[in-house]
Amino acid sequence: MTTVSIPDVMRILPELILAGFAILVMLFEPFVPAGRKRVLGWIALLGVLVAGMAFTWAPPNAGMAFSGSIAADGFSYFFIFLFLTIAALALLGSINYLERDNIHHAEYYALILFSTVGMCFMAASAELIMIFLGLEISSLSTYVLAGFRRHDPRSNESAMKYFLLGSFATAFFLYGIAFVYGLTGTTNLVDLAADLAQPGKWSTLTRAALILMFVGLAFKVSTVPFQIWTPDVYQGAPAPVTAFLSTGPKAAAFAVLVRIFLGLAGPSGPAAFWVIWISAALTMTVGNFAALLQKNVKRMLAYSAIAHAGYVLVGLAAAMASGSTEGASAVLFYLAAYAFMNVGAFLLIAHLAGPGEGRTEISDFTGLGRAAPGAAACLTVFMLSLSGIPSTAGFFAKFYVFRASVHAGLIGLTIIAVLNSVVSVYYYLNLVVTMYMREGEPQAARTPMPLPLYSAIAASLFAIFYLGLYPNHFLLLSTLSSKPLP
Amino acid sequence: MESGYLTILIYIGAVVFLSAAILGMSAWVGVKRPTREKLSPYECGIQPVGDARERFSISFYLVGMLFILFDVEAVFLYPWAVVYKELKWFGFTEMLLYILILLAGYVYIWKKGALDWSR
Amino acid sequence: MLERIWLIPLLPALGAAFQFFFGRKVKKSVVSLVSVGLPGVSFAWAIGCFFALLGRPEHLFTKVLYDWWPVGAFHLSSGAMGNLNVHVGFLLDPLSAVMMLVVTGVGFIIHVYSIGYMAHEGGYYRFFGYMNLFMFSMLVLVLSDNFLMMFVGWEGVGLCSYLLIGFFFHRRSASDAGKKAFVVNRIGDAAFLLGMMLIVVTFGTVNFQAVTEAARSGHYPILDPTITAICILLFIGAIGKSAQIPLYVWLPDAMEGPTPVSALIHAATMVTAGVYMVSRANALFMLAPAAMALVAGIGAATAFFAATIAITQNDIKRVLAYSTISQLGYMFTACGVGAFAAGIFHLMSHAFFKALLFLAAGSVIHALSGEQDMRKMGGLREKIPVTYWTYLIAALAISGIPPLSGFVSKDEILWQSYAGPHGHLVLWVAGWVTAGLTALYMFRQIYMTFHGTSRVEPEVEHHIHESPRSMLAALVTLAGLSVIGGFIGWPDLLGGSDRLGHFLDPVFENPVPVALKNYSAGREFDLMFLSVLIACTGIYVAYRIYVRRPEVADRVAKSFGPGYEILLNKYYVDELYDALFVNRVKNIGNAASGFDQYVVDGGVNGVGWTTRLTANLSRLWDLYVIDGAVNVAAFFTKLMSYPARVIQTGLVQSYAWLIVLGVLIFMGYYLVHF
Repeated sequence: MTTVSIPDVMRILPELILAGFAILVMLFEPFVPAGRKRVLGWIALLGVLVAGMAFTWAPPNAGMAFSGSIAADGFSYFFIFLFLTIAALALLGSINYLERDNIHHAEYYALILFSTVGMCFMAASAELIMIFLGLEISSLSTYVLAGFRRHDPRSNESAMKYFLLGSFATAFFLYGIAFVYGLTGTTNLVDLAADLAQPGKWSTLTRAALILMFVGLAFKVSTVPFQIWTPDVYQGAPAPVTAFLSTGPKAAAFAVLVRIFLGLAGPSGPAAFWVIWISAALTMTVGNFAALLQKNVKRMLAYSAIAHAGYVLVGLAAAMASGSTEGASAVLFYLAAYAFMNVGAFLLIAHLAGPGEGRTEISDFTGLGRAAPGAAACLTVFMLSLSGIPSTAGFFAKFYVFRASVHAGLIGLTIIAVLNSVVSVYYYLNLVVTMYMREGEPQAARTPMPLPLYSAIAASLFAIFYLGLYPNHFLLLSTLSSKPLP
Repeated sequence: MESGYLTILIYIGAVVFLSAAILGMSAWVGVKRPTREKLSPYECGIQPVGDARERFSISFYLVGMLFILFDVEAVFLYPWAVVYKELKWFGFTEMLLYILILLAGYVYIWKKGALDWSR
Repeated sequence: MLERIWLIPLLPALGAAFQFFFGRKVKKSVVSLVSVGLPGVSFAWAIGCFFALLGRPEHLFTKVLYDWWPVGAFHLSSGAMGNLNVHVGFLLDPLSAVMMLVVTGVGFIIHVYSIGYMAHEGGYYRFFGYMNLFMFSMLVLVLSDNFLMMFVGWEGVGLCSYLLIGFFFHRRSASDAGKKAFVVNRIGDAAFLLGMMLIVVTFGTVNFQAVTEAARSGHYPILDPTITAICILLFIGAIGKSAQIPLYVWLPDAMEGPTPVSALIHAATMVTAGVYMVSRANALFMLAPAAMALVAGIGAATAFFAATIAITQNDIKRVLAYSTISQLGYMFTACGVGAFAAGIFHLMSHAFFKALLFLAAGSVIHALSGEQDMRKMGGLREKIPVTYWTYLIAALAISGIPPLSGFVSKDEILWQSYAGPHGHLVLWVAGWVTAGLTALYMFRQIYMTFHGTSRVEPEVEHHIHESPRSMLAALVTLAGLSVIGGFIGWPDLLGGSDRLGHFLDPVFENPVPVALKNYSAGREFDLMFLSVLIACTGIYVAYRIYVRRPEVADRVAKSFGPGYEILLNKYYVDELYDALFVNRVKNIGNAASGFDQYVVDGGVNGVGWTTRLTANLSRLWDLYVIDGAVNVAAFFTKLMSYPARVIQTGLVQSYAWLIVLGVLIFMGYYLVHF
């Protein structure tokens, strides 16, 4: 009979705090009058901050908890911190958005927190069932969030598609877990790695299990051919939700991919590696080329999100090929850098799109450089960073990934990636050109940015330039964090 | 180890064959003499009124779902009840937390008016 | 002092940040105080650093702030292992010290001037924000200790240039000019980047000192193909930034920007970045005589070509723009013949007198409520005397009249291109003729603007006023510098000691000392006399045409009207005959006017024709080659993105099917293949 010890509880303290605040927000929601829901947003933000502060108590007792189902290590700390940052930015960017569009229900804040809890558990657990639970917690919350603009058919469509296809894909993941359990009798990643390390343990069915798990996660990170839902969902969901959706759950799924594929797939050698290689090449190419034709900003950024997943897979392939920490640390760095620029871009677009998100066509941004120079400049920085222009975070993110893949000997994949990033410059700059060099009156909103949004944007900008001009500290951090258990 | 699955394959084959055989046989061998009475929907012996595909109030689904939710959650109390003597205070506090969380949800749906049938 | 050298670029950056965040809200006086004060402090700090540097015996200071790109180990092209670690660091040696003083000093003066000039324009804070940002980028460019950081500054100044050219964005021509500058510069930047990559794989470092050391180690032979390629690529980068043939086209259009911008960016500092970069890489260039010859050739050709165009222009700022191109050509000629110090010297004196010319031109424009056409000026001498006198000083300096700064530095270049180790008579002749043309177009401008009868529009006429004191102070300061600037490099021949040249020597010293060709001091003196002579001739010709016989000027101007073309050719032949046969026999006294009509008119017409031809050619090139390439590329990318859209049906069922299909494909591949 195992019981719960205090150190164990301390190891999931951030998650517990987040969950507590989420329940609190949900419980208070019916009691707060309609005009004052904003308070609950601040409470949710406070929850994120307190959970972040819990880190200062947690590190000394890094280790396994709850009979090996939770792994509190540098890897999980990195990701949890990243999720908390994303959640905080998303909350800051949502408060005025919800008020503007008359959908100010505090369930929104609670769901963001619940989803963050799920993501944290995904990154922090060393147990497939626990990972699955985390995945479901985070997914179910985001399904609801995607449909939060209840009177907007696009939002409903988005939520419906996301829910149906998401459940479909998670079923594959669960199916893979079932296979693994049937074959080895355990779902704990540490035991599993030990078991599979024995000679003769790898069979066709083990590989099938690996593939099934990969499919479930590939759906979440939207790699080709499981990316198909992404444009529809990202376009339809409220933009702050898309900001959250395109960074948080994606990073969480990548965390699991890294844990599983670096931990388990080692003995299966080239087999698992080639799946990642092909996915990476396909994902980058399809994402970038489809983005070229988009007329809608959110849809363009959705395809761009697909392409970025491809770059991260390049890092994962490099990590699998070389076995060094360089690839994994590049993945971590990339996910963090990507989070800042994408959250910033979507939050800004949420603001510029105006009431009811009516202005999301690229042509609506014509001449914005003159009408709203501040917002246009910020958006330009985000676009430049996404396209990987030097002195921004996006550049170093790509740089480290490409460097890792060159060092791992993946010259072909690197060339594909570099060519792809050249293609991507075209559509990112297209938006910049539209804002600055086309004549015309912008349709986008010109109201000044509200303070919470402003601070979120400023924080993202700061992070982008910090990572772009002074990447060393963060690279060191991501290198130290890139030794996932088992 | 993989050979163990051969049995399952045989089993699947047998199931498919048997069900197909039973359905096929009854369709093929059985005598069919349809009348109007026989083809009409069965409704407790009363004359059927209107179409069965009617629109229900959304509250029906809402309450139904909430019922299932709390029902299933309550099922967790049974295994706890079996071993709660061994779990002692730990078990007690765990279950207390569990019920408190459930209670929070209950308060939430109550205040939200989800249980208010007249709405 | 030196330890905090990073303050020099940082202070203007702070100014820029202040303007972007608070500029809109604070008063104009606060904007000016911050944005002029911070570069001023930066200038003071630069002077302090300069003297601290002088106090060091080796005149060298380096400071590494932090590691920037720890790239790590990789294979060099030679097969050895390299370990690239780029840091953010500063290098202060005589070369960067001179550049630093020029940038901060002239920059500060122009900031002061802008207070008055921009007082009535919208976007006051925006202007100063961009200007401060420019100062920051330029100082990063100049003070960096490696190519990569230099490139960051290089791109930064390009961006600021783009923003400032298009500052009056409501004018269509201004935003077009900004775009043109941006696009043309990209061509050069791409070459610079390629050159830098070659440096990395060849030397395994981008640090200036390390590259210089390796190049001077004797390990690489002269005419080494890789090094030659590096030099040519770097030079193409310089061509773009410094507006040389064939990439000079953006600079005249850049005059759409506010005049202080033209003075600071498109005359004194940014456009000279190419010269600085070539000088910085002098150790490489010395190993590549072929590249040197290219530099010198392009420089001399540009100097001549641009000077001829300058004669025909009527826009006061466009004349100065072509003049800048021409002067930059001089600097490149100097670099190309191995006289880097002379190039930097001319860069410095040019910064003084060309900034002064632009600012004075700005003062004229200011006085005439925005008029820039010289045909609508004239007789301004008495109305704006301070502007006139400063303008005259600058014009004398650029024309090379002793003892002004332009004379000293230009003559040094001419002498080196004649007698230098890589010099050639052709280069000297080109430079010499250009000197005459320079005097001609400068004094044409002076006479058209300030002398003769007023052609100013009546409603502008009574608004004419001398500029505010802050602007005049800037003019007078720069005029003083233009006068005395030459004395720091006063040549030995005339009793000086060329202190600037000796100060710069350690940067440009080479393992194999190359002596000047053995000419006597008398020859140098002869050449000096010749160049002064041609300058005076140029001034005299200008005087003849534009003061004594203004109708000739009108004729020149008219001859460019499209309707006059046939008439013009006929007229031209008549004059030719007159000059060649009739006048010579008949009246020797008329020879001078024949010279006027044949040489000047003919030259003008010829240049006009060449310009039209070039314009047509470049249009065709744009139309067919550039546009064609872009369209083909766009076509292929679009073609490739169709399949991605076909599967995007929007139906959940088909999405689900696709997922299943993906699973099956992966499973199939995985199970069958392994």
